[in-house]
Amino acid sequence: MDLSSINPILLVASLMVAATPIILAAIGELIVEKSGVLNLGVEGMMIVGAICGFAIAVQTGSPFVGFVAAAFGGAVLSLLFGILTQYFLSNQVATGLGLTLFGLGLSSLMGQGYIGIRPPATPRLEIPVLSDIPVLGPVLFNHDLMVYVALGLVVATWAVLKFTRAGLILRAVGENHDAAHALGYKVVRVRLMAITFGGACAGLGGAYLSLVRVPQWTEGMTAGAGWIALAIVVFGAWRPFRVLLGAYLFGGVTVLQLNLQAAGVAIPVEYLSMSPYLITIAVLVIMSSGKAKAALSAPACLGKIFHASS
Amino acid sequence: MITLEKRPEPSRFWSWATPVLAVLLTMVAGGAMFAALGKDPVEAIRTIFWDPLFGEFAFYYRGQLLVKAGPLILIAIGLSMGFRAGIWNIGAEGQYIIGAICGAALGLAFYPFDSFIVFPLMVLAGALGGFLWAMIPGILRVKFNTNEILVSLLLVYVAEFILASMALGALKNPDGAGFPGSRNFRSYPSGFNEEIIAGTGLHWGVVAAFIAVIFAYVLFARHQMGFQIKLAGQAPRAARFGGVNPSRLILFCLGMSGALAGLAGLFEVSGPAGQVSIDFNVGYGFTAIIVAFLGRLHPVGILLAGLLLALTYIGGEAAQSSLGLPAAAIQAFQGMLLFFLLAVDVLTNFRFRFGKREVV
Repeated sequence: MDLSSINPILLVASLMVAATPIILAAIGELIVEKSGVLNLGVEGMMIVGAICGFAIAVQTGSPFVGFVAAAFGGAVLSLLFGILTQYFLSNQVATGLGLTLFGLGLSSLMGQGYIGIRPPATPRLEIPVLSDIPVLGPVLFNHDLMVYVALGLVVATWAVLKFTRAGLILRAVGENHDAAHALGYKVVRVRLMAITFGGACAGLGGAYLSLVRVPQWTEGMTAGAGWIALAIVVFGAWRPFRVLLGAYLFGGVTVLQLNLQAAGVAIPVEYLSMSPYLITIAVLVIMSSGKAKAALSAPACLGKIFHASS
Repeated sequence: MITLEKRPEPSRFWSWATPVLAVLLTMVAGGAMFAALGKDPVEAIRTIFWDPLFGEFAFYYRGQLLVKAGPLILIAIGLSMGFRAGIWNIGAEGQYIIGAICGAALGLAFYPFDSFIVFPLMVLAGALGGFLWAMIPGILRVKFNTNEILVSLLLVYVAEFILASMALGALKNPDGAGFPGSRNFRSYPSGFNEEIIAGTGLHWGVVAAFIAVIFAYVLFARHQMGFQIKLAGQAPRAARFGGVNPSRLILFCLGMSGALAGLAGLFEVSGPAGQVSIDFNVGYGFTAIIVAFLGRLHPVGILLAGLLLALTYIGGEAAQSSLGLPAAAIQAFQGMLLFFLLAVDVLTNFRFRFGKREVV
């Protein structure tokens, strides 16, 4: 065992990369849940995004086009969920699960010819001057574009929810859809837009896994990332910056256990690999109980079916 | 303009007809998917749904039907109890794995002790393993109000790592020349879940599945617990005033579904799979969710739905070898089935109104 081989600067830098897919998926799901819809299909949308992005990036040779395609793929899949839950008034939990099962099957179907191929590299933005600062440079200013896009999304989501009229309407629809309907807001339309946004974000997160983090396509490669994103929304008590914190915590645990594996710690690999899942559960337990009760900050109409009867 | 109008009570006709309609729609959409993959849709559908039952090699496939339907029905019956009460255990796959590991570990500990008592003890250990694994989300939900959907699902990944660790470590076959995987139960008759009638695929797991169907039917039709489950699902407020203890209900539903999933895992690992290996689980725990919904959470419905989904597994394998259809196509097909089911379910609770909406 050689713990000195772990470089703390590289550790933190790779933490930011490991957290990015979770941030993207979680911030999308946060918007969806703020509108009062519980979409459990994040895992399915992520993996479809992962293969869409991967396939298109390989075909066109441009990772950027790949990311756009991934967002589109995720959004299309989420619309399926949107139509079922908003127009056909199906149970959101069941439909979300169906979305995940369908997405997993669909993605491995689409990925038939792409196993073992390397995608085109996503370039790093070495921000001049800033990336030369010792310690902070490699940690903060030497990543690919998507890391900053994810951070930008968090800030934008926070600002939109807090300061804009659109954010207010979104929250109103999520807290009390009958009242919002009575005020003349189009509940179904708002929710469909939120669902589509969530799908696009989840697609981006998936593509980040297959194009940057791994980078390769394997079946079932998201390995629960979508579910962890869902857990992190609860952990973050539906607040953007707390979600960011949760994603970094998860990214930190993931990177640390990978480093410990590489350093040859005496703990078996399997037990190190399950640690991110166990810690996510532990964090969920802490957040849901006692004073911090996450349930209190959940949108009041989360998961309820809206049917305008008159 | 088309509007939806809520029915005063769910339509009896549609609650029976929607699963059939969903299956038909899935065949059409699935056929389109197969056509997009460059296969003849009619032939693909026939290979999946008709040939395993009535085709040339039906004598082989018919036996497989029960082998695959057994675990699906067993797990789905357990899940349906929770789903009816609004308690979502979606980690059946994990409970299935842990049940299999516990039961197999007990059996392997007895090796080569030869007695009729070994297998029943393994069955108990399997059920207990699944039960305890499901109790984790159960107790966390009751004591700490933690969302059981997320915890039970995350525990699937944990269970898969435990399985890998067991197959490569503690349970590895000492005489296996270093290959991963445990001792094969076929070489240990006391612990082997043998076919009861040769060639039919009828093993103890299938018997257990039939017993579970009857048990669940009686529970829902005659027992107070079944009534409380239905009440809690349909009218949670009324259930609270009526003195239903929610904690007890949550623990009962999760524990029951966990124990049944654990049983399914044990019967699979000691029979058709034969050994604890890294990938002996093939996702029955997730497919069972589709079975439960397709069966409309009703025991008899689940029995039929389990047989149908088992048919798609077998037909899928047949189509894989004869038509070169990718294995993933069947998974997508099963997912599609759940979608169509949820979509047409609107007919049960609502009716369509055509024409302009009246102004009140």
